[in-house]
Amino acid sequence: MLQRKPGLLDGPPFAAGAESPAAHQGRLGLLPARRDRLGLVATLEASGLQGRGGAGFPVGRKWRTVAERARGNAVVLANGAEGEPLSAKDRTLMAARPHLVLDGALLAADAVGADRIVLYVGEEHHTAVAALERALGERRREFGRRARLVRAPVGYVSGEETAAVHYVNEADARPTSTPPRPFQRGVDGRATLVQNVESLALTALIARFGDDWYRTAGRGSAAGSALVTVSGPVPYPGVREIELGTPVGEVAAAAGHLREPLEAVLLGGYFGAWAPIEEAWHAALDPAAMRAAGLAFGCGVVGFLPGEVCGVAATARILRYMAAASSGQCGPCVFGLAAVAEATTRLATGAALPDDLDRLNRWCGQLAGRGACRHPDGAGGLLQSALRVFGAEFAAHQWHRRCKHGHLLRKAA
Amino acid sequence: MSEVISVDRIRCDGHGLCAELLPELIDLDDWGYPLLRSGQVPHHLRDHAKRAVAACPVQALRLQTGVQAAGPSRRA
Repeated sequence: MLQRKPGLLDGPPFAAGAESPAAHQGRLGLLPARRDRLGLVATLEASGLQGRGGAGFPVGRKWRTVAERARGNAVVLANGAEGEPLSAKDRTLMAARPHLVLDGALLAADAVGADRIVLYVGEEHHTAVAALERALGERRREFGRRARLVRAPVGYVSGEETAAVHYVNEADARPTSTPPRPFQRGVDGRATLVQNVESLALTALIARFGDDWYRTAGRGSAAGSALVTVSGPVPYPGVREIELGTPVGEVAAAAGHLREPLEAVLLGGYFGAWAPIEEAWHAALDPAAMRAAGLAFGCGVVGFLPGEVCGVAATARILRYMAAASSGQCGPCVFGLAAVAEATTRLATGAALPDDLDRLNRWCGQLAGRGACRHPDGAGGLLQSALRVFGAEFAAHQWHRRCKHGHLLRKAA
Repeated sequence: MSEVISVDRIRCDGHGLCAELLPELIDLDDWGYPLLRSGQVPHHLRDHAKRAVAACPVQALRLQTGVQAAGPSRRA
């Protein structure tokens, strides 16, 4: 029996660099035999593991969908694009535990019947790219020519699953219309399992320790553990592993405690939602509970908003980023995101037009479901949460051209 | 079998004919792009929906029978 529950980041410290194959295998043991890997789909379904790329789709069900395709070999696309500005967990995992990611990709390929593996890694994540390339070389006998690494172009949308497939196929990292989704027709027209690298690494632990181990690794009703990226006014920001169900306040404590009183925290990333700090403090980081509360665990971002930064200005900055990151294909995203970014920026800088707040209230509900991908949904959800959490601030900026942070005369950062 | 109307957002250029021909189900946003009030097409609007689909200059509007199959989400 294991004394302690193993985690993704157990083993040598991140600073020691990529774990060697010998150390990795010595610490975690061998993977299950190939003939036993077909049964992994049922184990994953029983584990309750949900995807860690942002949407939280059940991993076992996704594997089953690909495994039960009508014909042909499938492809596994390990998604390590990680374009989310506040997240660093995927690049950290790939750089420090490349063999765990490779384990997961190999298991997925055997479980769903894929003869090709694409490691899709953000080109800006240099350490991760180098670690995975080296790790592939170290396991050439296992992987042969099945796997190759593709550098994903920099961009928030590059990691969206149809964009990833599009890039691998045609060197164009813009999302495509669905259907077909990648599980129906993906890389080279074949059924493709697109799975975030953290999700894959977790499958390699579940394959070794069982679905029961994973289910009981969480707190309360939450199953499992997860990587989170903490940012804001804490002494030790960065990536850490938590049991799902851990309250936000405890994450802050683990990062060395908040340095200052503050009002809000961004949960889930630019695709997620603001939450008032007093509401979030005791709230469990548990995807199901968060969904029920109108929040999102997303890709595990916990971004504390520094006390001196205006929430309207911070929201404006995120929306400008989201507008610029649009792949520019769908009108509602191109015009809608630009419009909400501009109106929020005008409010933040004291240059509001008389009806800016009214228009934001109207527009924010008109973004969801209006693009080929969910990029506009993400921006709309973030704006909706901002209007709720910083409602009084938005109103003060509109009606009194005043900001309690006194940032009005300065252009938003 | 109910019918569902949907827009291919990449194809759509905001010509706006669909909202003229099917105002019961389609509004336009501030930039002229369709806002579907409901994707479900009631029986009595079927012919109007077909006309709207045929009128779209970029063939961005689709009418499908039955509910779309559920599948894994877009973001992995």
